[in-house]
Amino acid sequence: MTLAQQLVTIAMVALGTVLTRFLPFWLFPAGKPTPPFIRYLGRMLPPAALGLLVIYCVKDVPFVAGQWHGLPELASMALVTALHLWRKNMFLSIAAGTACYMLLVQFVFV
Amino acid sequence: MSSTKAVRRAALKAAFPHTLPILTGYLFLGASYGILSSLAYRFPWYFPALASVCVYAGSMQFVSLELLAGPFLPLHALMMTLMVNARHLFYGLTMLDKYKPLRHRKGYLIFGLTDETFSLNVTLEPPMDVDRNWFMYYITLLDQCYWVTGATLGGIFGSLIHLEVKGLEFVMTALLLVIFLENWMKETRHTSSLLGLGLTALSLALFGPANNLFIIPAMAAIIAALALLRRPLEGGEAQ
Repeated sequence: MTLAQQLVTIAMVALGTVLTRFLPFWLFPAGKPTPPFIRYLGRMLPPAALGLLVIYCVKDVPFVAGQWHGLPELASMALVTALHLWRKNMFLSIAAGTACYMLLVQFVFV
Repeated sequence: MSSTKAVRRAALKAAFPHTLPILTGYLFLGASYGILSSLAYRFPWYFPALASVCVYAGSMQFVSLELLAGPFLPLHALMMTLMVNARHLFYGLTMLDKYKPLRHRKGYLIFGLTDETFSLNVTLEPPMDVDRNWFMYYITLLDQCYWVTGATLGGIFGSLIHLEVKGLEFVMTALLLVIFLENWMKETRHTSSLLGLGLTALSLALFGPANNLFIIPAMAAIIAALALLRRPLEGGEAQ
């Protein structure tokens, strides 16, 4: 991407962020009831969007064609999941998972 | 004039202790973002700071590094942001009654409504003698300062060192997985989480990762599935 294209991309991300934060205040003035379907989506979309993001992160992992079939990714994600369910410590889970992945791709699955 | 100053100082004093957990969290995550940006994606040191001032959306800033490294697809970037940040619509809806009557810096309070700031401002009650408007304003401002500071330090650090960083990008996967798990442990039914994982994986298998083409069908399928399942899901909620 050229610098101009990067700036446009950032502007789009900024626009999308501002839209999602301000839209409710523009659309639904205080005191007026919010449509039930919107409230329903507001409650139900967030978990689905998080699931989408998790998949988005592994989109380029060669699960089928690659030499290791995504083993370093799967192992590190399993470590993050186990650690987090056990200790519920965000820093520990992220730091240990990332360190594990870096070790695996630099020294084991090279 | 001086009385306004005293009111604001009292609000800042009351707000600060509540933001300490966010201080550590945002410094760590902001620094991870900054390091990833300058070390792995080779953006200039000041880029993470600028992005954190203008965009200020944690997980979406991580995702935008990936978007910037890929092909130029502006509308896709917008759609992606809308989907990733869709939860903020819900925060806004929840804060309507709290934020609507505010008189000072209301626009900034809405702009800075991240997950963590929302979690503080939706639950906290300022002490009786503290102005609620300025109290919530300083919570929001302090949180963004932590994030910008972390991102700036990370950006500088990442541009100074020359480490072997193969695999560092996994920090984003780990972060989003942790956020997903946090939510998973809180929810009583996992229908929506599983729909998000399953339908996106299906779309990725069908369309492949090229140009992120799989995202829009995944979003459409998720919204359609949620609309179809509304009756059973809402029935379950009411019970």
